[in-house]
Amino acid sequence: MNNAADIIMIFLVLTNLMLLGLSRLGACIRFVALQGVALGFLPLILNHWDMEVHLVIFSIVIISLKGIVFPWMLNRTLRELASQREVEPFIGYGISIIAGTITLVMCMWLSSRLPFPEPLMSPLIVPVAFFTIMSGLFLIISRKKALTQVLGYLVLENGIYAFGVALVGKQPMLVELGILLDIFVAVFVMGIAIFHINREFDHIDTDQLSRLRS
Amino acid sequence: MSLFLWGLAIIIIGGLASLFSGRKPGLATFLGSVSVVVGSVIAVVPAFKVLLTGSIESLQLNWSVPSGSFFIQIDPISALFLIPILGLTAVAAIYGAEYLWAYREKKNLGVPWFFYNLLLAGMMLVVVARNGLLFLVAWEIMSLASFFLVTFEYEKPMVRQAGWIYLIATHIGTAFLIVFFILLGRHAGSLDFDKVSEIPSSLASILFVLAVIGFGTKAGFMPFHVWLPYAHPAAPSHVSAVMSGVMIKTGVYGLVRALTLLGMPPVWWCWALIAIGAISGVLGVLFALAQHDLKRLLAYHSVENIGIITIGLGVGLLGINMNSPTLAILGFGGGLLHVINHAVFKGLLFLGAGAVLHSSGTGHIDLLGGLIKRMPVTAFTFLVGSIAISGLPPLNGFISEFLIYLGVFKNGFAGGFESIIPALVVIGSLALIGGLALACFTKAFGVIFLGEPRSNYAKQVHEVGFCMKSSMVILATLCVLLGICSPWVIKSAENVIFEITSIPLETIQTELAATSAVLMNIVIISLVLLGLTITFAVLRKLMLSTRGIRQVGTWDCGYAKPDARMQYTAASFAQPLTDLFKMFLRSLKKISPVKGIFPAQSAFHTDTSDISEKYMYQPLFSWVSSSFSRLRWLQQGRLQIYILYIALTLWILLIWKLM
Repeated sequence: MNNAADIIMIFLVLTNLMLLGLSRLGACIRFVALQGVALGFLPLILNHWDMEVHLVIFSIVIISLKGIVFPWMLNRTLRELASQREVEPFIGYGISIIAGTITLVMCMWLSSRLPFPEPLMSPLIVPVAFFTIMSGLFLIISRKKALTQVLGYLVLENGIYAFGVALVGKQPMLVELGILLDIFVAVFVMGIAIFHINREFDHIDTDQLSRLRS
Repeated sequence: MSLFLWGLAIIIIGGLASLFSGRKPGLATFLGSVSVVVGSVIAVVPAFKVLLTGSIESLQLNWSVPSGSFFIQIDPISALFLIPILGLTAVAAIYGAEYLWAYREKKNLGVPWFFYNLLLAGMMLVVVARNGLLFLVAWEIMSLASFFLVTFEYEKPMVRQAGWIYLIATHIGTAFLIVFFILLGRHAGSLDFDKVSEIPSSLASILFVLAVIGFGTKAGFMPFHVWLPYAHPAAPSHVSAVMSGVMIKTGVYGLVRALTLLGMPPVWWCWALIAIGAISGVLGVLFALAQHDLKRLLAYHSVENIGIITIGLGVGLLGINMNSPTLAILGFGGGLLHVINHAVFKGLLFLGAGAVLHSSGTGHIDLLGGLIKRMPVTAFTFLVGSIAISGLPPLNGFISEFLIYLGVFKNGFAGGFESIIPALVVIGSLALIGGLALACFTKAFGVIFLGEPRSNYAKQVHEVGFCMKSSMVILATLCVLLGICSPWVIKSAENVIFEITSIPLETIQTELAATSAVLMNIVIISLVLLGLTITFAVLRKLMLSTRGIRQVGTWDCGYAKPDARMQYTAASFAQPLTDLFKMFLRSLKKISPVKGIFPAQSAFHTDTSDISEKYMYQPLFSWVSSSFSRLRWLQQGRLQIYILYIALTLWILLIWKLM
């Protein structure tokens, strides 16, 4: 039995729900970082603390990227923006959490229908990975600020990562490195984009940009 | 085959090298043009070998793309198309080296040379590809490279518009081709052409329609020709020559290749091709007659000549269907020889038009005039091209049309009722096309090169440089040679006709030998007449040499003070004919007529827009755009909403699949 893995999965669910209900941007960044650190241990746990060199290095890279580099970049952006440090949702926090729970149930149902070639390490891993992906999407859709959207993308990526680790088992390196590269670029580009939007328009509300359409 | 690949490699590497040396216009021009010429000379060797011996060379490599394979083959059909592609592109490259030089300070010359080489490589691959996927890839390379060449002068709004029209038209055509290859591949179980066999007749008919629309868009069949009158004037002239001379022929090639794959033709295919050919031919030349821009006029003539080629193919197909070898041999022979002949004379005419444009700065016919005095070489070669395109003996344009005439004559009056009708339709439309083309080129040549300059554009012209002159002279010489050597030239078509029709080689040889004897008579009579003309010209020169020659104003007709504006304009020259066919042309006329005994200023203006564009595509596209604008509410301009659409789609797909 893989209790540690289950604990991480439950931690993921809780952080996702937390993110849906949080109003402070700074706290959101910290929770995303925590999620990333927890996920960094996942490959080690799934391989029963088998201290192979490449696995350890992989975990260290993941933890330092997700737990240190990304939050640091986002925090810096947040400081420089000096705008209101609130999330400004389209959909209220309470409704967001309720929608989150419904999504969780849907994800449970979905994963029960999905056929898998071999038994998984933990029965929770697929629904939770799905739920994380969906929470990320939900954050992107329902929040106004460009910074929250970057956070949404990070959560989405965490979900894809968890899914990849669960499915590919020992060989997630290639898949994960590919995805990580994409996200790294995305964070970079979005960081720059946010900076420029802020400089041009003095705010980062994306809904104000809709006036730009022809 | 290895020579072909070497040629291809030289052309591609030359293009890349030219792209990277764009800072130095001299080096880029040198690399681009020399690699095209050298590569073409090398690659044309296997094409000639295959065409003359009838052997087939092929190469098949594995390709890690699903259902694709790098399967290329040179058979006589490919060889017949490869020769004009390589030849004309190489000659036009010599011309382009000088033509593009004028842009060296404004633009990076590496870019057009890169796309020019890529266009050639794409066309070469299209005619040798024997796998559906490889064919489509080559087809797209060719289309996109030519798109970037058309938009060379992208700073002009007209050129950008032409580029868009071309891009959309070519992709609509490709869409039909994709369906064509998918259906063909699903039936055969493979996209390789040699796996195709025994297609049921209903599927074959669907495939035929798809091929006619898909390849016809590239070739310029009416009513799919709308991009030609825009793209050809917009492109640099040597590119127009290549596009009009050989690129649109890849459409004809595709159609011929499709016909060889589809098996026995039902009779309605033949009628469809003859009808398309007759409509494209007659309407193409009529619209050409009404144009005021030289390159636009030539573009409509491409539609006309594609029409003649298609009539030839239709007649040939009818020959197969009616089991009449004469009709099949002469129809396909005439149609396919016209592919080569049209490449030569249309290439020549576009290069001539480019020379006029290059030195005068305008392509508007009514602003020119009297150019023969300042540009004698351009004028003479343009005259040769005009005679050839009008189908007058003994130049090459006549030969191919003559073969089609001969085929329907021989068959039509030997057989019963059902063979007289095609004879009448084909002969009637070919004769009409020939006559109108002659009128059109009398107009173009007369107004541009004869008379007096009509504007300052025409006064400041000068003869073009050595490269441009020499490439026009090469093509003009080819026009004459292909005509005079026609009794021998047509014999080289035997392997191609065998490949398409599978008629026994001996029958083809005897038929072509008989035709060659007829052609011999024509050539001898023409040569005698030509000799007489030259003798008289020399005599006149001798007799005049002792007398004084006085220069006076042209066309003064007894007026005391003649003016260049009193000359016939292009529109007034064509007016009797355009009025006769105004039912099709629907020209817009703005007249403020002459009034009173002492008339004040008056004006006359005509504008002929394309009927299929005005009455078919514009209503269609405005309907499409208005129905799509009803979906405007979906476009909220909010990123969040767009991501919501993606998420919703994802959910719906997941739930639908897992229910």
